[in-house]
Amino acid sequence: MSTISEKELSDYRSEAAAWFAENTIADPGFMLPLTFMEVGTDQQFNFLRDWQNKVYEAGYLGAAWPKEYGGGGLDQKFQTIATEEMAKANGPIMLNAIGLNWAGPLILDMGTDEERKRYIKGILSAEDIWCQGFSEPENGSDLGNAQTKAVRDGDDWVLNGSKIWTTQGNYAKYMILLARTNPDAPNKYAGLSFFLSPMQVDGIETVPIRKLTGEYGFTQTFFTDARIPGESLMGKEGEGWLVAMRTLEYERGVKGGQPGGYVMRASDPFEIVELARKATRGGKPALEDPVIKDQLIQLMIEARSLQLNSKRGHIQPLVQDKPASLALSSKLMATEFMRRLNEFAITLQGQRGAYYVGEPDAYDEGLWQRAYLNSFSATIGGGTSQIQRNIIGEHVLGLPKS
Amino acid sequence: MSKKATIGFSEEQAQLLEVATTFCRDKSPIEKVRSLLEDERGYDDAIWTEMAELGWLAIAVPEEFGGIGLGMAEVVPVVEQMGRAMMAGPFVSTTLAAQAILVGGTDDQKQKYLADLCAGTKATLALSEPHGDWDLGHVECTAERTGDTLKLSGRKTFVENAETAELLLVSLSLNGAPALVVIERSSLPEGALRREVVIDETRRSYQVTLDGVEVSADGLLDPALTAAALAHVDLCASLLLSAEMCGAAMSCIDYTIDYLQTRKQFGKKIGSYQALKHPIVDAHVGYEQARSHLYCAAFNFTQQGEGEAATRIAKAQAGDALSFAADRAIQFHGGFGFTYDCDAQLYRRRSLWCENQFGDAAYQRAKLADLLL
Ligand SMILES: Cc1cc2nc3c(=O)[nH]c(=O)nc-3n(C[C@H](O)[C@H](O)[C@H](O)COP(=O)(O)OP(=O)(O)OC[C@H]3O[C@@H](n4cnc5c(N)ncnc54)[C@H](O)[C@@H]3O)c2cc1C
Ligand SMILES: Cc1cc2nc3c(=O)[nH]c(=O)nc-3n(C[C@H](O)[C@H](O)[C@H](O)COP(=O)(O)OP(=O)(O)OC[C@H]3O[C@@H](n4cnc5c(N)ncnc54)[C@H](O)[C@@H]3O)c2cc1C
Repeated sequence: MSTISEKELSDYRSEAAAWFAENTIADPGFMLPLTFMEVGTDQQFNFLRDWQNKVYEAGYLGAAWPKEYGGGGLDQKFQTIATEEMAKANGPIMLNAIGLNWAGPLILDMGTDEERKRYIKGILSAEDIWCQGFSEPENGSDLGNAQTKAVRDGDDWVLNGSKIWTTQGNYAKYMILLARTNPDAPNKYAGLSFFLSPMQVDGIETVPIRKLTGEYGFTQTFFTDARIPGESLMGKEGEGWLVAMRTLEYERGVKGGQPGGYVMRASDPFEIVELARKATRGGKPALEDPVIKDQLIQLMIEARSLQLNSKRGHIQPLVQDKPASLALSSKLMATEFMRRLNEFAITLQGQRGAYYVGEPDAYDEGLWQRAYLNSFSATIGGGTSQIQRNIIGEHVLGLPKS
Repeated sequence: MSKKATIGFSEEQAQLLEVATTFCRDKSPIEKVRSLLEDERGYDDAIWTEMAELGWLAIAVPEEFGGIGLGMAEVVPVVEQMGRAMMAGPFVSTTLAAQAILVGGTDDQKQKYLADLCAGTKATLALSEPHGDWDLGHVECTAERTGDTLKLSGRKTFVENAETAELLLVSLSLNGAPALVVIERSSLPEGALRREVVIDETRRSYQVTLDGVEVSADGLLDPALTAAALAHVDLCASLLLSAEMCGAAMSCIDYTIDYLQTRKQFGKKIGSYQALKHPIVDAHVGYEQARSHLYCAAFNFTQQGEGEAATRIAKAQAGDALSFAADRAIQFHGGFGFTYDCDAQLYRRRSLWCENQFGDAAYQRAKLADLLL
């Protein structure tokens, strides 16, 4: 592995840079989603699916995943370079986030060879869109209490119940599903099992839910005597909680193995500097206001904190006191930072901060306003910030459970 | 400042971190810190000697002047661990004085002083003045030169450990421009030093009255290098204060967690209450950020531009992190937090000292705005 030469890497970088320069369509003429949770129209969906497929076909997605399952079989360094070049070219996001970042690594890690052969390529090519069926109307943060039922019937499983906030549920071919197979288990966790469930089955219905922005992105998913094949069960019956926890490690970025690319685009404090030049305060650029400068610098510092924390995470002597700390804190830090950054970008605009997408006089087409509203997707989805604080408090600092 | 922040950690830093962690923990348990609060000198001279023997004072001095030839990056883990153990003493002030001479001194001065400073001669900085301005170029104390003699006047403040330092590095206005002079404490008259009452009782800080003091002009650092030396000391001090504050934040948070894990109210450990759990997590996360910035600043310290930005960021973040952690530490100890016996006050007082030396967080951000916006 360590025999890769600098030359090989730099050649690869030049090729990737050239490919992205030639193939990236930064502005297709309609607003592109900043995150995978914002795919609200068929137009956006089709565009992003084609884009992911194109990136995959060119070898710049899954470059480090095993060749036999559809990956590129290269060292991770190559994928890192490709992702960097994608970002430099301002490339749109990868659509199939749940497949790429949760289901894929999980299947590679814990799945059978059969499952890897069946699912991995379709995840990379975006042919098979995946969704996640964890949250329920009555059980969100308390995921372990999930009540959607899966009952064995001959070779099949029969599903009943409902999942909610299912991102891309209406487009998905498969779902990673946490369901209760034994209501009488000694504790709530032991009664759960994990499924790689097909979605295009009689008795599974998705109903779009309108988001706070007025757009669409997730669904409620209803199961009414839906019959799925026995082999959909992943791992053993009753071990669903274990598999779900592993999935969350991928989701929260605690565990690596993701195929590269990115599924969210972060607002950049340097872009806000541009906004602060345009926006005015008392007839002068907002950037000349000392209070705004102070806040802007603070945000730039925090943007660097995120970069530096992830780099320091690899320096063993500097993380030995509380080894899990940086990894377990990164979701909380990054998502709360994005929320505040976007919020600040609105306050910067003065009166025009009250405009929204569609208003011709809005700064940057109202992008900041929309980004702020959408930023809650990440402070709520994937485990809320409050739950993240519980996790850090209990698992990093060793405090008693709430 | 580049958009992509970098960080690295040398083998030497790793070794020093390991040694300093054990050394400071063993030599400066909290009972010792507390017993030194009452002590006039404020630190243990035997430990000072041990530190000199370990070579810590020589870390950032080139080999040609009797040093080890590493850099400020390698001093950082040592000071961080001193801060963690709230260890007092003239280590930082001596290191800073050596850096000033290294950057601003003539060859003769470097030969004359640096090897001694590496070996354990104590020194300190006399840069601050009653006006309280953090701009080190704002110097109102004066020196007048007659032949080989400098006649000084004015008053210096916040001179740490002046009573036991052999050398003082003093900033003065000479012919209307800032100058730096090394003077020996023995050249100060009786009564020139007055111990200040400062918020951090682990420290010994003095005012130095210079009126009428005459010293040899041999102590004058190279005038062409004064500005560079002051700028260097400013950043070195900020870097080491960041290290000290990061270390203190680490132990302050641990100290508080310990209480939250043991104290019970309403039949439950108080750490189970989210009103305490979530803010202490925020304090911890703030500390983690500050520590990343600290080692980024250490790693980039010698880089033109990048080093200054990273250091100012580190100082701002470490100040905010320790202040928040120590403030909450008092609150979360309840009535005990209000007592002298609770260590929370030691941390809060220390944070107020460290923040207010060489520019607080808002000052650093204002400087950063000039650099980056
Ligand atoms: C945009 C978006 C996309 C999503 N996509 C998916 C998806 O694809 N698949 C999926 O399964 N789920 C998805 N979710 C659901 C997400 O995981 C849940 O919303 C989240 O876990 C919170 O659950 P809840 O909505 O039921 O809120 P609740 O759990 O009811 O929480 C309500 C409030 O109470 C707080 N709270 C709850 N418990 C505690 C506690 N113990 N201590 C302190 N505070 C607490 C929460 O922080 C929150 O502020 C998505 C959510 C969003 C917003
Ligand atoms: C200056 C001063 C003067 C005082 N004078 C008097 C006096 O004259 N007479 C007298 O009787 N008392 C007096 N008190 C005591 C005072 O009322 C108590 O200190 C206070 O009620 C807190 O109790 P505690 O110190 O036991 O802290 P604890 O109850 O142990 O609290 C420790 C920490 O845990 C938090 N905490 C505790 N329970 C919970 C919970 N359920 N949820 C969330 N957080 C929680 C607290 O907010 C605190 O931060 C005085 C205190 C002070 C500081």
